[in-house]
Amino acid sequence: MKIYDVAIIGAGVTGTSIARELARYKLDIALLEKEEELAFGVSKSNSGIIHPGTQNPPGSTKGRLCVQGNILIRKISKELNIDFKETGELIVAFNEEEIGELLGLKKEAETLGVPGLKIVDKAWLRQNESNLNTDAVAGLYAPTAGIISPYRLVYGLAENAVTNGVEIFTETKVDNIIYSKPDFEILTSKGLFRSRYVINSAGLFADEISRMLGIDDFKIKPRKGEEFILDKKKENLTHHLIFPLPSKTSKGVLIIKTADGNPMIGPTAEDVEGKEDFSTSDSGLNKVLSYAKRLIPSINDKDIIAYFAGLRPVAGDDFIIRHEDNVPGFINVAGIQSPGLTASPAIALLVCDILKKNGLVFKRKSIFHAHRKKTAHLFQIPFSKAKKLIKKDPSYGDIVCRCEMVSAKEIKDAVAQGAKTMDGVKFRTRAQAGRCHGSFCTTRIMKILAEGRKLPITGITKRGKGSEIVKEDRNHLRGVKF
Amino acid sequence: MEEVKLVAKRELIIVGGGPAGMAAAISAHENGVKNILLIERDQYLGGILNQCVHTGFGINYFKEILTGPEYADRFIKKVRNIPEIEISLKSIAVSLTAGKTITFLKPGRLETVKAKAVIMATGCREKTREMVHIQGTRPAGIFSAGLAQKLINIEGLLPGKEVVVVGSGDIGLIMARRFILEGAKVKAIIEIQKETRGLLRNMVQCVEDFNVPVYFNHKISRIFGKDRVEKVSVIKVGDNFNEIFGSLFEIQCDTILMSVGLIPENELIEMAGVRMGENKTSVPGIFVCGNSFKIYDIVDAVTEDSMLTGKRAAEYIKNL
Repeated sequence: MKIYDVAIIGAGVTGTSIARELARYKLDIALLEKEEELAFGVSKSNSGIIHPGTQNPPGSTKGRLCVQGNILIRKISKELNIDFKETGELIVAFNEEEIGELLGLKKEAETLGVPGLKIVDKAWLRQNESNLNTDAVAGLYAPTAGIISPYRLVYGLAENAVTNGVEIFTETKVDNIIYSKPDFEILTSKGLFRSRYVINSAGLFADEISRMLGIDDFKIKPRKGEEFILDKKKENLTHHLIFPLPSKTSKGVLIIKTADGNPMIGPTAEDVEGKEDFSTSDSGLNKVLSYAKRLIPSINDKDIIAYFAGLRPVAGDDFIIRHEDNVPGFINVAGIQSPGLTASPAIALLVCDILKKNGLVFKRKSIFHAHRKKTAHLFQIPFSKAKKLIKKDPSYGDIVCRCEMVSAKEIKDAVAQGAKTMDGVKFRTRAQAGRCHGSFCTTRIMKILAEGRKLPITGITKRGKGSEIVKEDRNHLRGVKF
Repeated sequence: MEEVKLVAKRELIIVGGGPAGMAAAISAHENGVKNILLIERDQYLGGILNQCVHTGFGINYFKEILTGPEYADRFIKKVRNIPEIEISLKSIAVSLTAGKTITFLKPGRLETVKAKAVIMATGCREKTREMVHIQGTRPAGIFSAGLAQKLINIEGLLPGKEVVVVGSGDIGLIMARRFILEGAKVKAIIEIQKETRGLLRNMVQCVEDFNVPVYFNHKISRIFGKDRVEKVSVIKVGDNFNEIFGSLFEIQCDTILMSVGLIPENELIEMAGVRMGENKTSVPGIFVCGNSFKIYDIVDAVTEDSMLTGKRAAEYIKNL
């Protein structure tokens, strides 16, 4: 039986970042994911903000990794051809007292090494954010903040990791891990895996994985965030990410620019019991709307086209990234809540260091394919470019999703790149993510998925087994095959 | 948006090949327009009529009772027989400018065409669960009534077996009957208003005749289910839609159909900075008709009004 050098549990942005970093070396790597697709856990509900490093305590691991990650992500997004946009962010103050807090934040952030910070006045705000509440008196401007699509980042990292030899196993839920020197036996829903090192990046379930090996000194407490997505028509509502002053538990309700163009408002921050409680609520909506309107008064609930809830995997105030000396070879990467997405490339480097220190031998591969071909998205490009694409491949002109302008070619590509579910197609292409919510394009996407995956139409799911879209195919009743 | 300097190649471009667009095209032609381009995003003309296999169409216009596809077919034949109307299928307009240029995509082509006049007949879309803010989870099994109609009538697929319809719009009522005819169980129609928003004849023929329970003054309070819809909770509301304490109850179901209203699909018009008024828009030569102008109850009225729009466009072109 194959013995992997490293098994990574959990294929969110943390797990895939680590996998891609390790793929530079002569190592056998397995990445295990319990869901049908990658990024279907914590990562899929990430806001997509690349934080500059502000709003973190100066001595914290997450603060340090966030500042590093903000630099590293630029190179990675270029190599993987995933759009990263440096929008800058504004933390807004509404009175003299809050200006004092801004100065405090600025000082803390500068200690962490956040570059380019400046306090901007009312006139600057008027000029640069015309929709901002005119009661705002000052802002802390952080130019290095930016936006990226969290799922496209995960899919890019995973794709590139696979190109460089990483093996990914989906629908592979870890049931138990046994440390039988010198390696680990990992019992999963898809059978047994053996590995010399185990990295636990299981997000919400990291405490349960850790407990399997006797390490139970932390608990993951889910903190729910509800987010509300606005119509793309409102793309230019703001020019920066807009933050209020942070509270103890979160960065507050934000006005978020996203890589897809739709602004987003949220998230809430509410400690919940269940790790599978992704429900949204009227109270969450009302809270987010009232806070968002305080920043941008013109926001209207009629502009909301979608909403969702995500769970932050909270394990105390900081990230837990450490080798467990009592279980040599086992590394916990837990409690990766905000700014986890930003920090992920730095987390990956830190984990490599930890592995090195604990005996794993790193030998560089003679060839590492750092680059990934760009996936074209019509909605991101001007008509002149679209015209060229359509000339090259006619199916770029065959529009499936009218609201977000997604072609049959893009959907076929997404399926070829690993999309297995309707949500997987949505996250990769934006088809069904617009104002009609898939009313017009669902059937067409189902057909493309069924054909590409060689599945019966009844086997097409929203996000994995149990979420089948239709209950029965009745075409046989009229003597037709679907 | 790239500015393209173009000469008007067409007299008239009509965006949308449903009942409104076809009526406008026929009428514009009858009134002397010779060079018409009709673009339709689907692979066939007729628009949403194609999935409306029930009867009730044409009573006013043809004094006959037709199905949706039959009603559409009469116009499709007519349009196809007019050589001055060029039909471009699988063609989706992605931009309209106040200068009356339309950019559209179709398999193998992206084209920008300028015309003397433009008629937008892009139809409407259904309001979604998101727009009426129903709290709870987001599992599979939540459909707009129109999507369910397409799945059953066009694709031969049964979306679910135990259905709750939210809202009493016509499509919802018609789909309640359709599900029953397919052997599914319709457990309830939940309507927040005091009375139906659908046509009386649909209340009788689709609901009363099939003994579907209707809850007026009620709303869905929450959707449950992790992967697939498992149940909904329903609550009674007062005159101001205030929730009435103690009235909450649950209904087990695997499917929710949303039939809470239609919205004119006029994003392109909006993006072009064109404002809509009665009979005309803020830009002379750009017209809007059919459900993209306002939501109609019956297609016969769409046809009549769109005929008028076609005529107006013809007069506009003549007077240039």
